[in-house]
Amino acid sequence: MVRNILALTGSGVRDWLIQRVTALLILAYVITLVTYVVQHAPLTYAAWHQFFACHVVKIVTTLILLSVVWHAWIGMWTVFTDYIKPRMLRRVLTVSVIIYLFYNLVWGLDLVWSI
Amino acid sequence: MSNTGRIIHITVYRFDPDQDSKPYPATYEVDASHCRGVMLLDALEYIKSHLDETLSFRRSCNEGVCGSDGMNINGKNGLACITPLASLPDKVTLRSLPSFPIIRDLIVDMTRFYKQYERADPYLQNTGDAPAKERLQSPEERSKLDGLYECILCACCTSACPSYWWNPDKFMGPAALLWVARFLADSRDNYENERLEALQDAFSLYRCRSVMNCADVCPKGLNPAKAIADVRHRMLDEST
Ligand code: SF4
Ligand code: SF4
Ligand code: FES
Repeated sequence: MVRNILALTGSGVRDWLIQRVTALLILAYVITLVTYVVQHAPLTYAAWHQFFACHVVKIVTTLILLSVVWHAWIGMWTVFTDYIKPRMLRRVLTVSVIIYLFYNLVWGLDLVWSI
Repeated sequence: MSNTGRIIHITVYRFDPDQDSKPYPATYEVDASHCRGVMLLDALEYIKSHLDETLSFRRSCNEGVCGSDGMNINGKNGLACITPLASLPDKVTLRSLPSFPIIRDLIVDMTRFYKQYERADPYLQNTGDAPAKERLQSPEERSKLDGLYECILCACCTSACPSYWWNPDKFMGPAALLWVARFLADSRDNYENERLEALQDAFSLYRCRSVMNCADVCPKGLNPAKAIADVRHRMLDEST
Protein backbone atom coordinates (compact mmCIF):
# COMPACT_ATOMS: atom_id res chain seq x y z
CA MET A 1 0.00 0.00 0.00
CA VAL A 2 1.15 3.54 -0.71
CA ARG A 3 2.51 5.15 2.40
CA ASN A 4 0.37 7.99 3.69
CA ILE A 5 2.85 10.84 4.21
CA LEU A 6 0.57 12.76 6.55
CA ALA A 7 0.45 9.83 8.95
CA LEU A 8 3.00 9.99 11.74
CA THR A 9 4.88 6.77 11.01
CA GLY A 10 2.72 4.90 8.47
CA SER A 11 3.46 1.69 10.34
CA GLY A 12 0.44 0.19 12.05
CA VAL A 13 2.36 -1.44 14.87
CA ARG A 14 4.53 1.63 15.56
CA ASP A 15 1.56 4.02 15.64
CA TRP A 16 -0.29 1.59 17.85
CA LEU A 17 2.59 1.27 20.29
CA ILE A 18 3.28 5.02 20.35
CA GLN A 19 -0.37 5.71 21.11
CA ARG A 20 -0.39 3.37 24.06
CA VAL A 21 2.97 4.37 25.51
CA THR A 22 2.26 8.11 25.18
CA ALA A 23 -1.19 7.61 26.73
CA LEU A 24 0.40 5.97 29.76
CA LEU A 25 3.05 8.69 30.06
CA ILE A 26 0.45 11.45 29.86
CA LEU A 27 -1.70 9.69 32.43
CA ALA A 28 1.24 9.30 34.83
CA TYR A 29 2.14 12.96 34.37
CA VAL A 30 -1.39 14.17 35.04
CA ILE A 31 -1.62 12.03 38.17
CA THR A 32 1.72 13.38 39.42
CA LEU A 33 0.66 16.94 38.74
CA VAL A 34 -2.70 16.55 40.43
CA THR A 35 -1.06 14.87 43.44
CA TYR A 36 1.40 17.75 43.71
CA VAL A 37 -1.35 20.36 43.53
CA VAL A 38 -3.47 18.58 46.14
CA GLN A 39 -0.52 18.13 48.50
CA HIS A 40 0.48 21.77 48.25
CA ALA A 41 -3.01 23.25 48.43
CA PRO A 42 -3.55 26.14 48.51
CA LEU A 43 -0.95 26.36 45.80
CA THR A 44 1.11 29.54 45.70
CA TYR A 45 2.81 30.91 42.62
CA ALA A 46 6.13 30.53 44.40
CA ALA A 47 5.65 26.79 45.00
CA TRP A 48 4.45 26.26 41.43
CA HIS A 49 7.42 28.22 40.09
CA GLN A 50 9.83 26.27 42.24
CA PHE A 51 8.35 22.98 41.04
CA PHE A 52 8.84 23.86 37.40
CA ALA A 53 12.28 25.35 38.00
CA CYS A 54 13.55 21.85 38.74
CA HIS A 55 15.44 20.42 35.78
CA VAL A 56 13.94 16.97 36.06
CA VAL A 57 10.45 18.47 35.87
CA LYS A 58 11.47 20.47 32.80
CA ILE A 59 12.82 17.43 31.01
CA VAL A 60 9.81 15.30 31.92
CA THR A 61 7.45 18.07 30.84
CA THR A 62 9.27 18.31 27.52
CA LEU A 63 8.79 14.57 27.01
CA ILE A 64 5.13 14.90 27.87
CA LEU A 65 4.67 17.76 25.44
CA LEU A 66 6.15 15.56 22.72
CA SER A 67 3.91 12.70 23.81
CA VAL A 68 0.82 14.87 23.53
CA VAL A 69 1.80 15.96 20.03
CA TRP A 70 2.51 12.37 18.90
CA HIS A 71 -0.63 11.07 20.49
CA ALA A 72 -2.87 13.77 19.04
CA TRP A 73 -1.29 13.50 15.59
CA ILE A 74 -1.98 9.78 15.32
CA GLY A 75 -5.43 10.16 16.86
CA MET A 76 -6.55 13.01 14.63
CA TRP A 77 -5.11 11.41 11.50
CA THR A 78 -7.09 8.27 12.33
CA VAL A 79 -10.30 10.19 12.93
CA PHE A 80 -9.89 12.12 9.68
CA THR A 81 -9.16 9.03 7.59
CA ASP A 82 -12.27 7.42 9.06
CA TYR A 83 -14.75 10.23 8.70
CA ILE A 84 -13.50 12.82 6.20
CA LYS A 85 -13.77 11.28 2.78
CA PRO A 86 -13.12 14.27 0.42
CA ARG A 87 -9.36 14.10 -0.08
CA MET A 88 -8.63 17.80 -0.32
CA LEU A 89 -10.59 18.64 2.82
CA ARG A 90 -8.86 15.83 4.66
CA ARG A 91 -5.42 17.07 3.61
CA VAL A 92 -6.19 20.61 4.71
CA LEU A 93 -7.55 19.43 8.06
CA THR A 94 -4.65 17.08 8.73
CA VAL A 95 -2.03 19.68 7.84
CA SER A 96 -3.85 22.27 9.99
CA VAL A 97 -3.78 19.91 12.95
CA ILE A 98 -0.07 19.21 12.45
CA ILE A 99 0.73 22.93 12.27
CA TYR A 100 -1.42 23.63 15.31
CA LEU A 101 0.29 20.85 17.28
CA PHE A 102 3.74 22.16 16.40
CA TYR A 103 2.74 25.68 17.34
CA ASN A 104 1.64 24.36 20.72
CA LEU A 105 4.81 22.35 21.12
CA VAL A 106 7.06 25.34 20.48
CA TRP A 107 4.95 27.54 22.73
CA GLY A 108 5.00 24.90 25.50
CA LEU A 109 8.76 24.40 25.24
CA ASP A 110 9.30 28.14 25.35
CA LEU A 111 7.19 28.38 28.50
CA VAL A 112 8.81 25.47 30.27
CA TRP A 113 12.39 26.43 29.52
CA SER A 114 11.96 30.14 30.24
CA ILE A 115 11.20 29.48 33.91
CA MET B 1 -43.25 -17.93 22.54
CA SER B 2 -45.37 -20.57 20.84
CA ASN B 3 -45.77 -20.34 17.08
CA THR B 4 -49.31 -21.79 17.02
CA GLY B 5 -51.53 -19.28 15.26
CA ARG B 6 -48.96 -16.56 15.78
CA ILE B 7 -49.06 -13.79 13.19
CA ILE B 8 -45.71 -12.19 12.45
CA HIS B 9 -45.31 -9.03 10.38
CA ILE B 10 -42.11 -9.30 8.42
CA THR B 11 -40.86 -6.14 6.77
CA VAL B 12 -38.21 -6.70 4.15
CA TYR B 13 -36.26 -3.84 2.62
CA ARG B 14 -36.52 -4.62 -1.06
CA PHE B 15 -34.34 -3.35 -3.83
CA ASP B 16 -34.05 -3.94 -7.54
CA PRO B 17 -31.15 -1.92 -8.97
CA ASP B 18 -32.87 -1.74 -12.37
CA GLN B 19 -35.96 -0.05 -10.95
CA ASP B 20 -35.33 1.41 -7.52
CA SER B 21 -33.12 4.27 -6.46
CA LYS B 22 -33.02 3.01 -2.88
CA PRO B 23 -34.38 0.13 -0.80
CA TYR B 24 -38.04 0.41 0.21
CA PRO B 25 -39.92 -1.58 2.87
CA ALA B 26 -42.51 -4.24 2.01
CA THR B 27 -44.44 -5.89 4.82
CA TYR B 28 -45.74 -9.46 4.75
CA GLU B 29 -48.11 -11.07 7.19
CA VAL B 30 -47.04 -14.60 8.02
CA ASP B 31 -48.86 -17.13 10.15
CA ALA B 32 -45.98 -18.90 11.87
CA SER B 33 -47.87 -22.17 12.12
CA HIS B 34 -48.09 -22.32 8.31
CA CYS B 35 -44.32 -22.28 7.93
CA ARG B 36 -42.54 -25.58 7.37
CA GLY B 37 -40.08 -25.06 10.18
CA VAL B 38 -39.54 -22.86 13.20
CA MET B 39 -36.79 -20.61 11.89
CA LEU B 40 -36.87 -17.18 10.28
CA LEU B 41 -35.68 -18.71 7.01
CA ASP B 42 -38.83 -20.86 6.97
CA ALA B 43 -40.93 -17.70 7.15
CA LEU B 44 -38.98 -16.24 4.21
CA GLU B 45 -39.56 -19.45 2.25
CA TYR B 46 -43.25 -19.16 3.07
CA ILE B 47 -43.37 -15.60 1.74
CA LYS B 48 -41.58 -16.65 -1.43
CA SER B 49 -43.83 -19.62 -2.17
CA HIS B 50 -47.17 -18.17 -1.02
CA LEU B 51 -47.09 -14.39 -0.95
CA ASP B 52 -44.50 -12.97 -3.31
CA GLU B 53 -42.31 -15.10 -5.52
CA THR B 54 -40.16 -12.13 -6.50
CA LEU B 55 -38.64 -11.86 -3.01
CA SER B 56 -34.94 -12.70 -3.32
CA PHE B 57 -32.56 -14.11 -0.73
CA ARG B 58 -29.74 -16.63 -0.61
CA ARG B 59 -29.90 -19.91 1.21
CA SER B 60 -28.46 -23.37 0.99
CA CYS B 61 -27.70 -25.57 3.97
CA ASN B 62 -30.57 -24.51 6.24
CA GLU B 63 -28.47 -25.29 9.30
CA GLY B 64 -25.92 -22.54 9.85
CA VAL B 65 -23.10 -24.18 7.93
CA CYS B 66 -22.91 -22.57 4.50
CA GLY B 67 -23.05 -18.90 5.49
CA SER B 68 -25.41 -17.91 2.66
CA ASP B 69 -28.23 -16.24 4.53
CA GLY B 70 -26.51 -13.58 6.59
CA MET B 71 -28.84 -10.60 6.95
CA ASN B 72 -29.71 -7.79 9.29
CA ILE B 73 -32.51 -8.97 11.57
CA ASN B 74 -34.12 -6.22 13.65
CA GLY B 75 -30.88 -4.29 13.52
CA LYS B 76 -28.52 -7.15 14.28
CA ASN B 77 -26.70 -9.31 11.74
CA GLY B 78 -27.39 -13.03 11.88
CA LEU B 79 -28.29 -16.14 9.91
CA ALA B 80 -31.99 -16.53 9.13
CA CYS B 81 -31.77 -20.33 9.17
CA ILE B 82 -30.70 -20.57 12.80
CA THR B 83 -32.74 -17.66 14.15
CA PRO B 84 -35.87 -19.17 15.74
CA LEU B 85 -39.06 -17.22 15.06
CA ALA B 86 -39.79 -17.76 18.74
CA SER B 87 -36.82 -15.56 19.60
CA LEU B 88 -38.21 -12.66 17.57
CA PRO B 89 -40.97 -10.15 18.37
CA ASP B 90 -44.17 -10.02 16.27
CA LYS B 91 -42.68 -7.31 14.09
CA VAL B 92 -39.49 -8.23 12.29
CA THR B 93 -37.49 -5.94 10.00
CA LEU B 94 -35.01 -7.47 7.58
CA ARG B 95 -32.36 -5.64 5.63
CA SER B 96 -29.45 -6.84 3.55
CA LEU B 97 -26.05 -6.91 5.28
CA PRO B 98 -25.17 -3.25 6.04
CA SER B 99 -22.49 -1.57 3.93
CA PHE B 100 -22.39 -4.34 1.31
CA PRO B 101 -23.55 -3.40 -2.21
CA ILE B 102 -27.04 -4.81 -2.82
CA ILE B 103 -27.62 -7.05 -5.83
CA ARG B 104 -31.28 -7.55 -5.09
CA ASP B 105 -33.42 -7.51 -1.93
CA LEU B 106 -31.45 -9.46 0.69
CA ILE B 107 -28.73 -10.59 -1.70
CA VAL B 108 -25.49 -8.65 -1.45
CA ASP B 109 -22.35 -8.50 -3.54
CA MET B 110 -19.64 -10.41 -1.64
CA THR B 111 -16.83 -9.75 -4.15
CA ARG B 112 -14.87 -7.35 -1.97
CA PHE B 113 -15.37 -9.57 1.07
CA TYR B 114 -13.91 -12.59 -0.78
CA LYS B 115 -11.02 -10.49 -2.07
CA GLN B 116 -10.19 -9.65 1.52
CA TYR B 117 -10.40 -13.32 2.41
CA GLU B 118 -7.99 -13.99 -0.45
CA ARG B 119 -5.62 -11.39 1.01
CA ALA B 120 -5.41 -13.54 4.13
CA ASP B 121 -3.72 -16.30 2.07
CA PRO B 122 -6.10 -18.85 3.57
CA TYR B 123 -4.02 -21.96 2.94
CA LEU B 124 -1.02 -23.63 4.54
CA GLN B 125 2.40 -22.44 3.43
CA ASN B 126 5.56 -24.15 4.50
CA THR B 127 9.15 -23.83 3.29
CA GLY B 128 10.23 -27.09 4.94
CA ASP B 129 10.75 -30.32 3.06
CA ALA B 130 7.53 -31.96 2.02
CA PRO B 131 6.75 -34.88 4.34
CA ALA B 132 6.34 -38.39 2.91
CA LYS B 133 2.68 -38.44 3.71
CA GLU B 134 1.31 -35.50 5.66
CA ARG B 135 2.35 -32.92 8.24
CA LEU B 136 1.38 -34.23 11.62
CA GLN B 137 -0.06 -32.15 14.38
CA SER B 138 -0.34 -33.02 18.06
CA PRO B 139 -3.74 -32.70 19.75
CA GLU B 140 -2.39 -29.64 21.63
CA GLU B 141 -1.29 -27.98 18.40
CA ARG B 142 -4.61 -28.81 16.82
CA SER B 143 -6.52 -27.30 19.73
CA LYS B 144 -4.97 -23.91 18.97
CA LEU B 145 -7.21 -23.74 15.91
CA ASP B 146 -10.39 -24.00 17.98
CA GLY B 147 -12.40 -20.83 17.84
CA LEU B 148 -10.73 -19.92 14.53
CA TYR B 149 -11.34 -22.69 12.02
CA GLU B 150 -15.14 -22.71 12.47
CA CYS B 151 -15.71 -19.50 10.47
CA ILE B 152 -18.24 -20.02 7.67
CA LEU B 153 -17.57 -16.68 5.93
CA CYS B 154 -21.12 -15.43 6.38
CA ALA B 155 -19.84 -11.82 6.65
CA CYS B 156 -22.12 -11.00 9.58
CA CYS B 157 -19.11 -9.68 11.51
CA THR B 158 -17.47 -7.68 8.75
CA SER B 159 -20.76 -6.06 7.84
CA ALA B 160 -21.30 -5.02 11.47
CA CYS B 161 -17.87 -3.46 11.90
CA PRO B 162 -17.78 0.38 12.00
CA SER B 163 -14.12 0.46 10.98
CA TYR B 164 -15.05 -1.55 7.93
CA TRP B 165 -17.87 0.85 7.06
CA TRP B 166 -15.43 3.78 7.00
CA ASN B 167 -12.53 2.07 5.22
CA PRO B 168 -13.77 -1.02 3.38
CA ASP B 169 -11.10 -0.53 0.71
CA LYS B 170 -8.17 -0.60 3.15
CA PHE B 171 -9.21 -2.36 6.37
CA MET B 172 -9.48 -6.12 5.83
CA GLY B 173 -12.39 -6.57 8.21
CA PRO B 174 -12.85 -9.05 11.06
CA ALA B 175 -13.59 -12.18 9.01
CA ALA B 176 -10.45 -11.99 6.85
CA LEU B 177 -8.35 -11.13 9.90
CA LEU B 178 -9.76 -14.10 11.80
CA TRP B 179 -8.47 -16.21 8.91
CA VAL B 180 -5.05 -14.64 9.21
CA ALA B 181 -5.06 -15.61 12.88
CA ARG B 182 -6.18 -19.12 11.99
CA PHE B 183 -3.16 -19.73 9.76
CA LEU B 184 -0.75 -17.98 12.12
CA ALA B 185 -1.90 -20.41 14.80
CA ASP B 186 -1.35 -23.49 12.64
CA SER B 187 1.78 -25.46 13.56
CA ARG B 188 2.01 -26.75 9.96
CA ASP B 189 2.51 -23.27 8.55
CA ASN B 190 5.80 -21.38 8.79
CA TYR B 191 4.98 -18.20 6.90
CA GLU B 192 4.40 -16.16 10.05
CA ASN B 193 6.80 -13.42 8.98
CA GLU B 194 5.38 -13.01 5.50
CA ARG B 195 1.84 -13.05 6.85
CA LEU B 196 2.60 -10.34 9.39
CA GLU B 197 4.65 -8.35 6.91
CA ALA B 198 1.57 -8.02 4.70
CA LEU B 199 -0.37 -6.32 7.51
CA GLN B 200 2.25 -3.71 8.49
CA ASP B 201 0.42 -0.65 7.26
CA ALA B 202 -1.85 1.52 9.39
CA PHE B 203 -5.08 0.18 7.89
CA SER B 204 -5.23 -3.53 6.99
CA LEU B 205 -5.09 -4.77 10.58
CA TYR B 206 -4.61 -1.73 12.76
CA ARG B 207 -7.89 -0.03 11.86
CA CYS B 208 -9.63 -2.40 14.24
CA ARG B 209 -10.65 -0.28 17.21
CA SER B 210 -11.84 -3.18 19.36
CA VAL B 211 -15.48 -2.13 19.21
CA MET B 212 -16.36 -5.85 19.51
CA ASN B 213 -19.40 -5.64 17.21
CA CYS B 214 -17.90 -8.59 15.35
CA ALA B 215 -17.85 -10.88 18.36
CA ASP B 216 -21.31 -9.70 19.34
CA VAL B 217 -22.92 -10.86 16.09
CA CYS B 218 -20.94 -13.92 15.00
CA PRO B 219 -23.54 -16.70 14.64
CA LYS B 220 -20.84 -19.31 15.25
CA GLY B 221 -19.88 -17.73 18.57
CA LEU B 222 -16.39 -16.80 17.37
CA ASN B 223 -14.43 -13.78 18.55
CA PRO B 224 -12.67 -12.01 15.67
CA ALA B 225 -11.78 -9.07 17.94
CA LYS B 226 -9.71 -11.34 20.15
CA ALA B 227 -8.12 -13.02 17.13
CA ILE B 228 -7.14 -9.56 15.86
CA ALA B 229 -5.66 -8.65 19.25
CA ASP B 230 -3.61 -11.87 19.12
CA VAL B 231 -2.27 -11.00 15.67
CA ARG B 232 -1.31 -7.57 17.01
CA HIS B 233 0.61 -9.13 19.84
CA ARG B 234 2.46 -11.40 17.45
CA MET B 235 3.30 -8.34 15.40
CA LEU B 236 4.58 -6.56 18.49
CA ASP B 237 6.68 -9.57 19.48
CA GLU B 238 8.17 -9.81 16.01
CA SER B 239 8.93 -6.12 15.67
CA THR B 240 10.32 -5.21 19.09
S1 SF4 C 1 -13.42 -5.36 17.19
FE1 SF4 C 1 -12.36 -4.60 15.41
S2 SF4 C 1 -12.97 -5.92 13.75
FE2 SF4 C 1 -14.42 -6.27 15.43
S3 SF4 C 1 -16.13 -4.89 14.96
FE3 SF4 C 1 -14.71 -3.82 16.25
S4 SF4 C 1 -13.34 -2.66 14.93
FE4 SF4 C 1 -14.40 -4.23 13.73
S1 SF4 D 1 -16.25 -14.88 12.07
FE1 SF4 D 1 -18.35 -15.47 12.46
S2 SF4 D 1 -19.57 -13.75 11.69
FE2 SF4 D 1 -17.56 -13.55 10.82
S3 SF4 D 1 -17.70 -14.51 8.82
FE3 SF4 D 1 -16.92 -16.04 10.29
S4 SF4 D 1 -18.71 -17.12 11.00
FE4 SF4 D 1 -19.44 -15.24 10.02
S1 FES E 1 -28.70 -21.43 4.86
FE1 FES E 1 -26.66 -22.07 5.20
S2 FES E 1 -26.07 -20.81 6.86
FE2 FES E 1 -28.16 -20.35 6.68
